[in-house]
Amino acid sequence: MAAHSAVLSVSKIINPFWGGRLGNTVKVFGTTLTSHRNKTQRAPPPAKYGGRHTVTLIPGDGIGPELLNHVREVFRFSCVPVDFEVVHVNSALETEEDINNAITAIRRNGVALKGNIETKHTMPPSVKSRNNLLRTSLDLYANVMHCQSLPGVQTRHQNIDIMIIRENTEGEYSSLEHENVPGVVESLKIITRNNSLRIAEYAFRLAREKGRRRVTAVHKANIMKLGDGLFLQCCREVASGYPDITFDSMIVDNTTMQLVSKPQQFDVMVMPNLYGNVVSNVCAGLVGGPGLVPGANYGRDYAVFETATRNTGKSIADKNIANPTAMLLAGCMMLDHLKLHDHASSIRNAIFTTMNENRLHTADIGGQGTTSEVVQSVMRIIQSKGQLTAEF
Amino acid sequence: IKISLVCASQPPPAQYGGRHTVTLIPGDGIGPELANHVRELFRFCCVPVDFEVVNVDSTMASEDDINNAIMAIRRNGVALKGNLETNHNLPPSYKSRNNLLRTTLDLYANVMHCQSLPGVRTRHRNIDIMIIRENTEGEYSSLEHENVPGVVECLKIITRTKSLRIADYAFRTAREKGRTRVTAVHKANIMKLGDGLFLECCKEVASGYPEITFDSMIVDNTTMQLVSRPQQFDVMVMPNLYGNVVSNVCAGLVGGPGLVPGANYGEDYAVFETGTRNTGKSIANTNTANPTAMLLASCLLLDHLKLHAYANMIRRAILSTVTETRLHTADLGGQGSTSEVVQSIMKAVESTGPRTLSL
Repeated sequence: MAAHSAVLSVSKIINPFWGGRLGNTVKVFGTTLTSHRNKTQRAPPPAKYGGRHTVTLIPGDGIGPELLNHVREVFRFSCVPVDFEVVHVNSALETEEDINNAITAIRRNGVALKGNIETKHTMPPSVKSRNNLLRTSLDLYANVMHCQSLPGVQTRHQNIDIMIIRENTEGEYSSLEHENVPGVVESLKIITRNNSLRIAEYAFRLAREKGRRRVTAVHKANIMKLGDGLFLQCCREVASGYPDITFDSMIVDNTTMQLVSKPQQFDVMVMPNLYGNVVSNVCAGLVGGPGLVPGANYGRDYAVFETATRNTGKSIADKNIANPTAMLLAGCMMLDHLKLHDHASSIRNAIFTTMNENRLHTADIGGQGTTSEVVQSVMRIIQSKGQLTAEF
Repeated sequence: IKISLVCASQPPPAQYGGRHTVTLIPGDGIGPELANHVRELFRFCCVPVDFEVVNVDSTMASEDDINNAIMAIRRNGVALKGNLETNHNLPPSYKSRNNLLRTTLDLYANVMHCQSLPGVRTRHRNIDIMIIRENTEGEYSSLEHENVPGVVECLKIITRTKSLRIADYAFRTAREKGRTRVTAVHKANIMKLGDGLFLECCKEVASGYPEITFDSMIVDNTTMQLVSRPQQFDVMVMPNLYGNVVSNVCAGLVGGPGLVPGANYGEDYAVFETGTRNTGKSIANTNTANPTAMLLASCLLLDHLKLHAYANMIRRAILSTVTETRLHTADLGGQGSTSEVVQSIMKAVESTGPRTLSL
């Protein structure tokens, strides 16, 4: 195909410019357009000895370490066949050794669960955001966040069920900035045809798998005509291949206004990186806050799970008041990815029972429970369902 | 490059007989009908303002129309405008007309005051946020290119001069209005140089205003806080794109796009319009649009011209009408029509006493 060779030559031109940051993107570009349309599900990483999976665990900063300890506790208690390989990343160091070790570990294991790594503003601009480095090196191009109203949590809006698919590697987060003239900074926002097609394809495939009927593209193409115009065009191209799904588009400012007045109108939303950041935070706020929503970053070969709004939570670290729901649900998403669906469902049901029936809420959703109380309750419910568990 | 610190923009000189001339750009969609209501109301209240109407055709590729409008605004100093539609199907060389107007006249500060109105039922109460948004640079530079086919680069420009200018405007306005806290909204953890420069400029200016608390917040956290606890915000200052998103979120929180007016201030000119700049194509000419935003924008215009008595009189009448739920338009959940609302406002003005024309 002419388009095929054009894609390969494009990637040869831009690969030296980008250095090694795109990882094995040259190979990815060559096969992306065809293989994505064929593959419907990602193959899980091969199980290790004795049927036990190994998963990389990056504790991160702030509330990350304590929440991930709770996840390990719950997994051990439920006898989940997962072993964690812990890799610490020190965000205060300027060298990239730590994060490179973490990336190597994820390449080895294929799956990871991480807390957020802090990006200090006071460090020189050459110190890139570690989370961003991880996402771009592993080419985790799709960030998926499913915002659902939980019946037990009191919010101003009810019946929200929005799936947000956000491009995770390019856009405004390219970290390409320069100051040619003193006092004038240019930040580059990159939109490419390949990545836009890829994320649109992901969004429509996911919508079809989950039986969703409507995909909305969020953009600002009236101002950024070439950039967001290209993104919108790619979405339209992909939409034509999915006639059973309605496709429409909305400008980002109108979208955010509609989200705060009538969020029930949205079904699946796909968008570039920065709008995805804002829209996912708005939706997280609408369903009850950053402590409730899990997020997943999918690439072609790797998957990394974390809380959706990527908060470090420095101010509430080590106080036993953080909400473990988001991290535990992220752990369940990881188990689904590893095809350990029974374990995922049992932990998820236990969490929902704690949230909705027992109403054991932490401070961020207006309750007075502590993190450990919530985790204990989850474990008690798992035990009461009769499955094999370790000692309490 | 010196930044001249003019405390308040001088109003344009009054014309013959103490009457001001103001440029009026009807725009597209609901713009023309709302502009007509404004003129009707001003005539009824005997406001000493004459409108010079300049029509801008947004479907034409030539920039003659918008250049005429800009010249008229330079002549008069003040304008009231509806939103001009930017058609996506036209080639990218066709720039957004609204953007052209803002950058040519260097209207660097977009000010939007979001207040919960007593008669409008919303999920959040007691919101009072002033949003000051940089209006000329940032992501709206319209500088894009495609060096390699399939790869588009959009330039986001942040300059020291403009960041200092908008920060200074924000703190000055906060001081004038007696506000105690200014929050800068940014994404400096990712855009270290760009938003880092903006944040640095804000901090510099903040050091000159010790009585005002200054803090900063990342844009994603800001939007999440806005939907859970908007009462914590006082004055917010930010670059162009975040300003767009945040102002729309706040407009949604206080009741929708039909209620909030917006103002664009430059050093020599001022242009007033609705806060969220909607064209409202789908409800044009159906007599269902909410005139409140445009009428409140015209009150801001009168305040700028130092015609405070008229401004307060019309504003009081508008607020008393909005409290009356029977007269809410469709966007607020009622069944009133635009003309009913305007008639009610005129009746309220008549009943307060000053000289008016006959109804």
